[in-house]
Amino acid sequence: MEITYGSGEKPPYQNAVDRILGWGRKYSIFFYPFITACCGMEYMSVASSHYDIDRFGAGLPRFSPRQADVLLVVGTVNHKVSPVLKIIWDQMTEPKWSISFGACASVGGPYDNYAVLQGVDRIVPVDIYLPGCPPRPETVIDGLLKLHDKIQNQKHDLFWKRRNK
Amino acid sequence: MTSEEIISCLQDRFPEAGIECLIDKGDAVVNVPLERLTELLRTMKVDPDFNFDMFMDITAVDWLERSPRFDVVYHLYSTSHNHRLRIKVKVDEDDPVPSSTGLWTAADWMEREVWDMYGIRFSGHPNLVRLLMYEEFKGHPLRKDYPYDKRQPLIEETWPSKKMQVKIDDRGIHRP
Repeated sequence: MEITYGSGEKPPYQNAVDRILGWGRKYSIFFYPFITACCGMEYMSVASSHYDIDRFGAGLPRFSPRQADVLLVVGTVNHKVSPVLKIIWDQMTEPKWSISFGACASVGGPYDNYAVLQGVDRIVPVDIYLPGCPPRPETVIDGLLKLHDKIQNQKHDLFWKRRNK
Repeated sequence: MTSEEIISCLQDRFPEAGIECLIDKGDAVVNVPLERLTELLRTMKVDPDFNFDMFMDITAVDWLERSPRFDVVYHLYSTSHNHRLRIKVKVDEDDPVPSSTGLWTAADWMEREVWDMYGIRFSGHPNLVRLLMYEEFKGHPLRKDYPYDKRQPLIEETWPSKKMQVKIDDRGIHRP
């Protein structure tokens, strides 16, 4: 989300607030794993002790969309289940991000047929695309670090209330 | 019984013409007309010589240009005799096939799947609704005349970039 500051409205402590909020948010990621297919096994291996993603503050998945920060779409999404995914994304509270995990979630993968949604970015906005069928755990950690960068560099509009009056 | 014994035993039970038996890749195959299907299936289930107590699968083949358009294929297995049988019946689009849910309960969902994918109706089925696809889906996706790239999304799809607008042509096919 890009925010253009109005002229003269950027306070001197704006950069410090951006840095601190980004630092706090990026190390307390709560995933919502929306697991529909075999990529889920790879997600489990990432979440377990060998590739411990608790090092990056993302170790605790929340199975309620209202408590989660990052939607992790893992696996093939059919047209039949796509309204469920849309509802889950709408239920998540801001700030929220989303990761499309694997080839099927990103572009439909090998399934170019009547049943499969050709990429979840057609119904929810996607921040990070993870390639691979399924992605290696290293790929997932790389994507997580890229999401860290994205969260860290976000700007925060401290005067949104005044601006939207 | 071996496949040859199944076929000879079956030809004793049904000596009249119209039922054609052969061995394909080691398994006994029976081509049966539609009106004899129920009788044949009941004999296969009830007769202690056959005792096909396990209904393994039912599927269909779409031969788009052939006159009876579909083949409905039954796969039977006997757990006590350890033998198998494949039954094929030619049906047209409008012919209802007699349901075998009365003989094998397992046929319930399989017949629903064949109805869902091929549009073959089963008369006497207790609940013939779609099994896999959603209710809003139009058509039967495994038919040969269903376009392979036709999509029927349940909710509106938007693209991440406005340059790639979804276009739907008159066949219902989504193109970027």
